[in-house]
Amino acid sequence: MGPVRAAIVTASDRAALPRRLPWTLIVFLILATVPWLGSRYNVFLAEQIIIDALFAVSLNLLLGTTGLVSFGHVAYFGVGAYVCGILMKTYGVPFTLAFPAAGLGTAAFALISGYFCVRLIKLYFAMLTLAFSQIVWAICYKWNDVTGGDQGLPEIPYPHLDWMSAVPGLTDLSIGDRFYLLSLVLIAVSLAVLHRIVRSPFGRVLTAIRDNPERAGFIGVNVRAYQLAAFVVAGAFAGLAGALYGIFSRGVFADYVFWSKSAEVMIMTILGGMGYFWGPPVGAAALVWLNQEITDYTEYWSFVLGAILLLLLFAFPGGIVGGIDTLWTRLRNTRRA
Amino acid sequence: MLEVSGLNKSFAGFRAVSNVSLTVDTRQIAAVIGPNGAGKSTLFNLITGHLRPDSGTVRLDGRDITGAAPHRICRMGIGRSFQRTNIFQKLTVFENLQAAFIVHRRRGRNFWARSDALYRDETEALLASIGLAGAENTIAGTLSYGNQKQLELGLALASDPQVLLLDEPTAGMSASETHETIALLERIAAERSLTLLFTEHDMEVVFQIARKIAVLHQGQVIAEGAPADVRNDPEVRRVYLGHGLVHTQ
Repeated sequence: MGPVRAAIVTASDRAALPRRLPWTLIVFLILATVPWLGSRYNVFLAEQIIIDALFAVSLNLLLGTTGLVSFGHVAYFGVGAYVCGILMKTYGVPFTLAFPAAGLGTAAFALISGYFCVRLIKLYFAMLTLAFSQIVWAICYKWNDVTGGDQGLPEIPYPHLDWMSAVPGLTDLSIGDRFYLLSLVLIAVSLAVLHRIVRSPFGRVLTAIRDNPERAGFIGVNVRAYQLAAFVVAGAFAGLAGALYGIFSRGVFADYVFWSKSAEVMIMTILGGMGYFWGPPVGAAALVWLNQEITDYTEYWSFVLGAILLLLLFAFPGGIVGGIDTLWTRLRNTRRA
Repeated sequence: MLEVSGLNKSFAGFRAVSNVSLTVDTRQIAAVIGPNGAGKSTLFNLITGHLRPDSGTVRLDGRDITGAAPHRICRMGIGRSFQRTNIFQKLTVFENLQAAFIVHRRRGRNFWARSDALYRDETEALLASIGLAGAENTIAGTLSYGNQKQLELGLALASDPQVLLLDEPTAGMSASETHETIALLERIAAERSLTLLFTEHDMEVVFQIARKIAVLHQGQVIAEGAPADVRNDPEVRRVYLGHGLVHTQ
């Protein structure tokens, strides 16, 4: 699992880790070689990791940056998957239009649901996000004509990637590998945009709201408006991740919108370290990998996984990246002393 | 500049603020005093939009601001500090003030610019002026109590207010810290031509800098006027008997 380990080392957000190396570029390049160096299984794992990474980073814009605990983030992932899937399968819309449409459609839905959610605080906010996600799930499960109901929407077509045959080096790749490379580029761009947003003046105001919403109001922040904006941005990117996931898994099913997936992405985010931009991707990699490894060995995988998570969270309260950051700082300080 | 008239607020039948009227002129330094539970903090919360009054009006520069949301009132030019320090504990000192500058200068809608160095000069100047020079990279929550209060003043000043409301600016401070804070407040009020309204339990502080004093008792203003008049008011003397006010002559 080369890519995973490299991803852990990239985790430099707040402080100490060495910055001279362009870690993000290195990880990107390593991930880009997976179709050539790895097996089909490796590509499958890597694709799942990068999609979950985008999903988790979008959640972390709410959780880590704005301090909003959403229990229903999967709704936006699901809406994106359905919008893209329905457009491509039912209406034959090309991916180049369906993908942005998934982002915009999800943003519109996040605007409506978020309008109500940000009116509530803390646990009530969390409950309302959960309620919205269950409504979305119920609609997806029952609206047979559009969503395929409990049968879902199987056989979502791949985008047309024949043009890649003309690119030297990509000629021999299977359609699955090509879609992986396309996803990798789209996700890298999405993450770059999210990174920029977190570091922008808008992002600074979000961190102020996270820290102390009351005081934020009193430096002149319209707290709800900013929370809603963050909600819409987070929803849109979750929608993009969902759109890719629907195509990757060759179908969109109501299961994707079930609330347990919201819990899963939250675990990824917290496990990786929600105080760090690169925490959630590391958490996504760790969880996907643990999931696969443990399933191979025992049927009680969820028990083992739970125990491992418990240990990790106690050992690294700041998540995996937080733990590495602390260790690194300590190492550097002892070396100096 | 600031004009409160006939303000009422009840909590579950308890009249916390009852028919309070109060005017503070431009550039005046005014104090609201009164025993614990007299309604001082409630009055402040009514003025700054934290609470909505049951009746009565608040005017800023002739403009009715009654019941507006805190962020709007802040933008209209009222800054405030809180009795319990209220800062962004987990952000650095720089990030605290930077957030306030970003919001005040309407840059918060910018999703794209890099914020790393934004308003660094302004922050440094402000920190120097409130006596916190060089503290930029300290996590705000790790500052000493007195420094946190200074930072809180900085947060209020970053939005360049006309009127500053300070709720117990020297609460919990040692005698020397109190003196420094008072000197700081007087200097800043003069430099920035601020109108200042504050609550305070330390009568020495009140009589030292306030040009006007309003006395609240059980939610009502029982005296209002120049310090000398308030000090000699028989009703005030009765309420404050044994509370130190009488001895500060």
